[in-house]
Amino acid sequence: MTTKKFLYVNRKAPYGTIYALESLEVVLIGAAFEQDVSVAFLDDGVFQLTKGQDTGGIGVKNFSPTFRALGDYDVTKLYVERESLEERGLTEADLQEVTYEDEDDDWAEKPSIRIISRAEMADVMADQDVVLSF
Amino acid sequence: MKFGVVVSEGPYTHQAADSAYLFVKAALEAGHEVPRVFFYHDGVNVATRLSVPPQDERNIQENWTALAKEHELDLVVCIAAAQRRGMLDENEAKRQGKDADNIADGFRISGLGQLIEMGIQTDRLVTFGD
Amino acid sequence: MSTLHTVNKSPFATQALLSCLNHCKDGDAVLMIEDGVYGGMAGSGLSEIVAEKGKSVALFVLSPDMTARGIDASRLIAGVEGTDYAGFVDLVAKHDRTQNWL
Repeated sequence: MTTKKFLYVNRKAPYGTIYALESLEVVLIGAAFEQDVSVAFLDDGVFQLTKGQDTGGIGVKNFSPTFRALGDYDVTKLYVERESLEERGLTEADLQEVTYEDEDDDWAEKPSIRIISRAEMADVMADQDVVLSF
Repeated sequence: MKFGVVVSEGPYTHQAADSAYLFVKAALEAGHEVPRVFFYHDGVNVATRLSVPPQDERNIQENWTALAKEHELDLVVCIAAAQRRGMLDENEAKRQGKDADNIADGFRISGLGQLIEMGIQTDRLVTFGD
Repeated sequence: MSTLHTVNKSPFATQALLSCLNHCKDGDAVLMIEDGVYGGMAGSGLSEIVAEKGKSVALFVLSPDMTARGIDASRLIAGVEGTDYAGFVDLVAKHDRTQNWL
């Protein structure tokens, strides 16, 4: 089967709308197709990755732990835009840790989240075959 | 050229389903192929055959059904999104023990894999949503 | 290699247009559709930003959406071009990928 570069673009915060959750569901299903997958988080999408989410009081499932499972699905490139973090008063320390085991490097544990600049994000976007936005 | 189209917002509240319909029509008229249209998020609600818009308004579902018939379009409704929102075909209604189904002619319910497959098999992917 | 970007939100309601313009590459095209067409209007607080970007990317509005909203083509920012659905299809075909700023 052809391998294409797929980018999933997340620009919306979690819980207020369903887009973040249903985006994650696409990423998980898409992993089975063994494409070259990247996931982008910019604008309010960066809020999806914050740590300490606790949805006990709103009656909605907390899906943030699922991001930590992405490595097991070979989804290892989570691009987070630095400017989007800064505009929202966030730093990398506010984000949960997401790692994967690199099979090409003796299964060394490596971070999946890559903080990149807006210009680098534009480069990532321009390097894709298929861009799916949520 | 092959175009894949995603509709990710519901009918009437949002213009997405109308825009997507006009885009698909124009693409077909220009000689392109549209192998599949994938309905996701609230876009699955486009497929209900139970909507009854006023006589002087367009019927979004009927427009899609007619277009699908004319051009043998594959209109796929995401099963996970559909189940959340009460969109069931006959088989699914039976399987879930529900007393009714509501999917219109020309639409079929299937998995999210159909979205990824559409991305792999088409030359361009265009999403209409919110 | 270039991208067609679509924006369907009023720039006065969300940051979609600004974010799109901030991620465009020279030679890309931006098509404003649905409520996005308000981003193509001259004389607003955002017109200068949009016009400036128009020097490096091609800017379009979907004419049927503009007409529906009572916007005359004379109100568009200089350099912003109207197109119909057939033109929309051509833009998708012409650029290597489409990115929709929802």
